[in-house]
Amino acid sequence: MALKGNLRDFSTTQLLNLINLARKTGTLTIQDEDAQPNATACMSFKEGKLIYAHTGDESNNLAKILETTGKLTAEQARVIQTKAKGTNNKQLGYLLIQAGLVTQQDITQSVRHYILEVVYKLFTWTEGLFRFDANELPADHQITISIDLESVIMEGSRRLKEWEILQEELPDLDVALKFTDRPDARLQNINLTVEEWRVVSFVNPRNTIKQIAKANNLSDFEIRRIVYGMLQAGLVEFSRSVKTAVSPSQATAPTTKPQDTRQPIEQQPPAVKRSIVVRLIDRIRGI
Amino acid sequence: MQAVKMVITGPFSAGKTRFIGTISEIDVVSTERRITTSAEQIKDNTTVAMDFGRITVDDDLVLYLFGTPGQRRFDFMWDILSQGMLGFVVMIDSTKPETFREAKRILETFESYASTPYVIAANKQDMEDAWEPEDLRIILRLDSSIKILPCIAGNKESVKNVLLELLYSILEQIDQQEAQNQTD
Repeated sequence: MALKGNLRDFSTTQLLNLINLARKTGTLTIQDEDAQPNATACMSFKEGKLIYAHTGDESNNLAKILETTGKLTAEQARVIQTKAKGTNNKQLGYLLIQAGLVTQQDITQSVRHYILEVVYKLFTWTEGLFRFDANELPADHQITISIDLESVIMEGSRRLKEWEILQEELPDLDVALKFTDRPDARLQNINLTVEEWRVVSFVNPRNTIKQIAKANNLSDFEIRRIVYGMLQAGLVEFSRSVKTAVSPSQATAPTTKPQDTRQPIEQQPPAVKRSIVVRLIDRIRGI
Repeated sequence: MQAVKMVITGPFSAGKTRFIGTISEIDVVSTERRITTSAEQIKDNTTVAMDFGRITVDDDLVLYLFGTPGQRRFDFMWDILSQGMLGFVVMIDSTKPETFREAKRILETFESYASTPYVIAANKQDMEDAWEPEDLRIILRLDSSIKILPCIAGNKESVKNVLLELLYSILEQIDQQEAQNQTD
């Protein structure tokens, strides 16, 4: 009989502890009660070790995973996803290694990262129906990695605490950011991670934090952590207003990233108007 | 507030940071010297020095200048920075012929990212052993339509000239596109 319940009564941490201690084999499925299409997550275990996880959306496609970890460019991932439609992850991994696009290590590291991100996200779920189906394992064509649950539980718990703080500090992701008007001397020594660089390149009063996260495939947790760090460093600050009226011709985005259709993410306006360039010329002439 | 972006790229130590610092109204520059050279490979926790400046046009418009990390091992950042740029400047240290090939490679990489206008800034023209811009054109096999501008990164007028020439090229491209649209 499957283990069933609700995260209200039995947290993700407790579930993982149980699976670890009882050295269980099977798949744990958690479904958000709001029942959004992508609000389902599955984690598979073999003798108490985490071997696979994915969410209900299609983000577990290997090309997508490799793009997220920067092993493939967005364009490469897009082409591969189109051309290799119907190819399973194991076959695709083999083909990519043969083509010299990635190494086996790239694949295992990226899949591991993907699995862990799915699981860490679940630590923040406070409600949701769960069900553990013993001996049910992922299909053979999925790439599995064996990960000790002890370290996952420790890191998940740490993130949960951090998440609670970040949620309190940054409750609203529908606000935009801008670079600080008067940066102080601390910025002289600022160094940014790759993810932070990605976020920086989208900082614009027209882009909400949520949109920046979506454009960069960042979870709420990740974007909150990055933005919080930048706010603390004095690099960015909240923009008072977000202009929502962006005409389709002006609305732009990195061509390879997903977009929010309500208000397209705008990194910069590529269809720059002549008047803007003229204003820039006038300004630089006057410096 | 609308923000537009230009990218200043080029090999390591070509003068990008100085170029941005000369014209930027804010002092937000972290030099490449702070990047550790010991790391052999890019790791997830690798940090990259930041290089950007700002020119406020008015209450509604601001121009950001983003400098790219010069070392080859940070070229994964270029794609990120190039997204949405208005145009780019390729800085070349005219006194270091050993970096010319790298400059060409960077130029070709950025060209592949976007069809935005660009100019070449032949930096350090105040140095005795600097190559002439037209010599650079020949050695880099650059088409005559590409602007190669003499530059001294620490000189404001020189930097202004480079940016203005880039903006003129952008303006020209806009006009050509508009003319094309009218023809269509």
